[in-house]
Amino acid sequence: MAGGRIYSGDLPDQPAPMATEGPVAWLRDNMFNGVFNTVLTILMGLLLLWMVPPALNWLVFNANWTGGAEACRVNPDGACWPFVSARWEQFLYGFYEKSEYWRVNILLAVLAVGIVLLVFEKMPGRKYIAFFMLFIYPIMAFILLYGNEKLGLPIVDTPQWGGFMLTLVIALSGIVASLPLGILLALGRRSKMPIISLLSTIFIEFWRGIPLVAVLFMATIMFPLFLPPGMSFDQLLRAIIGVALFASAYMAEVVRGGLQAIPKGQYEGAMALGLPYPKMMRLIVLPQALKIVIPGIVNTFIGLFKDTTLVLIIALFDLLGIVQASIADPNWSIRSVPYSGYAFVAIVFWICCYAMARYSRYMEAKLHTGHKR
Amino acid sequence: MQLTKSIAAAAVLAASVGTAHAASETLDAVKAKGFVQCGVSQGLPGFSNPDDQGKWTGLDVDFCRGMAAAIFGDAEAVKFTPLSAKVRFTALTSGEIDVLARNTTWTQTRDTDFGEFVGVNYYDGQGFMVPKALGVASALELDGAAVCTNTGTTTELNVADFFRANNLNYTVVAFEKADEVVAAYDAGRCDVYTTDRSGLAAQRTKLSKPDDHVVLPEIISKEPLGPLVRHGDSGWGDIARWSLNCMINAEELGVNSGNAAEMAKSDNPGIKRMMGTEGDMGSKLGLDNSFCSNIISSVGNYAESYDRNVGPDTPLKLDRGVNALWSQGGILYAAPMR
Repeated sequence: MAGGRIYSGDLPDQPAPMATEGPVAWLRDNMFNGVFNTVLTILMGLLLLWMVPPALNWLVFNANWTGGAEACRVNPDGACWPFVSARWEQFLYGFYEKSEYWRVNILLAVLAVGIVLLVFEKMPGRKYIAFFMLFIYPIMAFILLYGNEKLGLPIVDTPQWGGFMLTLVIALSGIVASLPLGILLALGRRSKMPIISLLSTIFIEFWRGIPLVAVLFMATIMFPLFLPPGMSFDQLLRAIIGVALFASAYMAEVVRGGLQAIPKGQYEGAMALGLPYPKMMRLIVLPQALKIVIPGIVNTFIGLFKDTTLVLIIALFDLLGIVQASIADPNWSIRSVPYSGYAFVAIVFWICCYAMARYSRYMEAKLHTGHKR
Repeated sequence: MQLTKSIAAAAVLAASVGTAHAASETLDAVKAKGFVQCGVSQGLPGFSNPDDQGKWTGLDVDFCRGMAAAIFGDAEAVKFTPLSAKVRFTALTSGEIDVLARNTTWTQTRDTDFGEFVGVNYYDGQGFMVPKALGVASALELDGAAVCTNTGTTTELNVADFFRANNLNYTVVAFEKADEVVAAYDAGRCDVYTTDRSGLAAQRTKLSKPDDHVVLPEIISKEPLGPLVRHGDSGWGDIARWSLNCMINAEELGVNSGNAAEMAKSDNPGIKRMMGTEGDMGSKLGLDNSFCSNIISSVGNYAESYDRNVGPDTPLKLDRGVNALWSQGGILYAAPMR
């Protein structure tokens, strides 16, 4: 107790301790902790100040919202949204017959409802919904989109398909085809049977080794030359097959990463229980492996979704292609129109990709059962 | 029964020999499917682009609609396949399309390698646009310039020829899409923008300050743009050729969509032959004799199509120039229909 002092009366007021909660504390802890971070924060702040207000001005405050092409011509320094509203039908449906739009609408509605139902895992009968969406919906989509004379639906040829609808058709076909194909290829590549393993490896390395643009060009330009003249099969189908095979090679490598992360004990345990290979994979290995690689799978899906825009080089009018074709209309030949069109495409793609990313994070959080690192 | 059948068959045979018109496989196939499949651009202002209603419009599009009107009497009996510059000839040779009307320059190589050109529907020529600030009055002063242009077209080759012939240095800044070229030029990534003069007119409206740029007087290439068909079916080529000639001749003879019905009653034998009220100009092609009259009443003559799509009243504001009729100081000259 040496050196201790005894006070009598009240202690003088002390300043309050530094807050550990609230916005000020958050800023101090996350933005200004140390010289380096403070400098970074200030630089980033300046960058945002420099970029965001002009962008908002152009996109929102100074933009033309109504009035058609004339308004945009008068004020070319803001986005030209009348261009999008005048052509949203084309952006959504391409050159699809106007009288048949309802067929696309039904499919989009079923797709939206199906996805919402599948996302809520407490939905009763979810298995059946999944079965419907995976197996029956594609058939239904094909019949409705293409048409069937016997059912009284006029044929709408694939060159008339376009816009966001075509983007969805290519992306969803690619996604639905590439996951199972990718899993099979990954299993094949890790197989102990030399021929299967060799063939899978060759397939994967071939498709990964060439750019998607080359695949699409081959499918469109070279392929018809190999066929006898007059015989050609659908260009869209060629493109979809190309995209699906391309994506499945990437998917295979993602899944293989997951398979290799599973400890050997899991395989040995399954075999010790006497499970045959298919059951071992289906019940023990794949559920764990796929769970680990959800981020990789969704990453591939997002890449595939954005890669669909490459089909415009083979003159399929996906969302980006139809916007570019619309820009060529001399009645809309205004400086702000191309930028507005591209901004619109960017926003649509961002919404779709961000939704996929959110769902992937939700799935990871839901499925993490001890493997989270 | 058997006898009547054979007599009927013989009669049909005799009839088909009697009308000695050029048989065309493509025409038969087109008639069977009920529409003409026409290859167009992916969007070139004034030549082929979709309008707000999603309907294709343009000078090339009108030619295809004219063919549909000639064959079916219905200008809507046509489907359009948009094609990039690189895939257009493959699409034609592989049979995906029946006719290619995609602002394609008629050159010897293309004529021999890819198809049969049936005429010229627009005489274009490659020009240069530069910022006024550059202070250049002639393309010969462009030594060391960075040139913005499109890839995969004759444009790139013409620039190379022009600069090499005049011993000028240059660097090419090439893009796939016209919009990218304009954006790059507008952003100052190059000193010169070169493409066909019709294209310069169209893209100039998209520059931030259109008045700060001048088109140089030099025209460095001949670009006769025209439709083409596959080799090996000259009957089909004739149909395409005379559909185009019909539109040009109609302008020369003063027949347009407004007065077609009256003019059909005209005493002028040239007009009568063209409108099919006299002679068998149509059946020689395997079509109805009113084929040209159908084109004129549904699509119009060449002048109407020009004014509607690229003329002075459109945003492109292109004067007729060399594309005026030969009788009006231009070089547009269609062989007579007789």
